[in-house]
Amino acid sequence: MMEQELGRCVASWCSGATGVVGATKLSGGASQETWSFDIMHPRGHIGAILRRAPPGYGASPSRAAGLDAEATLMQLAHDAGLPSPRVMHVLTPDEELGAGFIMQRIEGETIARKILRDPQFAKARPVLARQLGKVAAGIHGLPASKLPELRHMTATREIADLEREYRSFDWPRPVFELALRWLRDHDPGPPQEVTLVHGDFRHGNLIIGPEGLRAVLDWELAHLGDPMEDLGWICVNSWRFGEIDRPVGGFGSREELFAGYQQAGRRVDPDRVKFWEVMGTLRWGVMCCGMMQRFRAGPDHSMERAMIGRRSSETEIDLFRLLAPRGK
Amino acid sequence: MQDEPTPTELIKAVADFLRNEITPVIKGHNAFKLRVGINALDLVTRQLALEPDGDAAEAARLSQLLGMQGSLGELNRALADRIAKGEMDLQTPGLSDHLWQTTMDKLAVDQPNYASYKRELGDA
Repeated sequence: MMEQELGRCVASWCSGATGVVGATKLSGGASQETWSFDIMHPRGHIGAILRRAPPGYGASPSRAAGLDAEATLMQLAHDAGLPSPRVMHVLTPDEELGAGFIMQRIEGETIARKILRDPQFAKARPVLARQLGKVAAGIHGLPASKLPELRHMTATREIADLEREYRSFDWPRPVFELALRWLRDHDPGPPQEVTLVHGDFRHGNLIIGPEGLRAVLDWELAHLGDPMEDLGWICVNSWRFGEIDRPVGGFGSREELFAGYQQAGRRVDPDRVKFWEVMGTLRWGVMCCGMMQRFRAGPDHSMERAMIGRRSSETEIDLFRLLAPRGK
Repeated sequence: MQDEPTPTELIKAVADFLRNEITPVIKGHNAFKLRVGINALDLVTRQLALEPDGDAAEAARLSQLLGMQGSLGELNRALADRIAKGEMDLQTPGLSDHLWQTTMDKLAVDQPNYASYKRELGDA
């Protein structure tokens, strides 16, 4: 059924397309789904991805940029020569597929453990941190005049949001309290330049091939803010998957990340990066606690969600290692 | 008094069965879920073994630090509250040591293979 609906949609904008095969749902919560499929074409199959809110699910969560904004950002990035899929089509209401867009499918790996361990990525790993720096600089340099409407976040507002979420759990955690205090004491204030921030620049949203970075995905959390946020988030220990001495995604050093960023003509502020790394570590910890809450409240009463709840202690040890390292 | 085997022995027997007999014959997303399930059972056995001593020591440290008595939940709430109000911080004598120990005890149950934990233990 999905293939027929997609086939009708595709026929209206992809000339020569004769149908759709292989539609598979890759992921999906209640409000957002990702599908992979192939467009049949006389010149060969075209790999495509549908990202949509199914019919009846219009509103996105308050932090989300919205699917229209995601499509615009992805196309902007693509047009600027950044590794990003080409947007092929933005859904229209008459197609009855919901809200969202269809983009080119880029083959590659997003699973961190494979990227960090498999021999086929051995040549990619040493170059990735520098590449990510360059690409982050490209994202932060996208022209403000062309950006869609996005929420504007500051460090101060981010701390307040995080604190409100943590307090809503009514689950006192002394280490989180120390981290919140540290963040308030080290709030760097407004950045010199407010730019587009990807907002979720880390493993899972990066498609990697044997030669290196192929695409940046998932602009759901994109916003305007301090560009150093993206550099701090990619350094959060939770995304190192055991390779704790390689702060950038478990594959590279901060120096390499910063060098790539600066080569692309932008300035790095290492103190701000550290601030956002602490913020990101606490954010992931609070998200883990949120998983526990949702597990308990239902409807997603899954083992996976329950066990993510037991990962908040990982962020506590990481916060401690950042804020009060032992033996120093 | 309940009969034996103990909860720990029962959970271990189930986890070993799933690990040794079922894991080899399950594929795809269910194999991932099975691994998560086995991890959960292993976590429960660690908690059953480590929680009583860990909690007692944590409560004793908290009582000393805060100068008050109470349940572990009440004591942690009081500590969180004092940190939030700025009455205690990392300069408060004993606070950092207490929270390090508490955090290490949590990791010993939750994720003893977590790399930061192993590093702090001096194993890696």
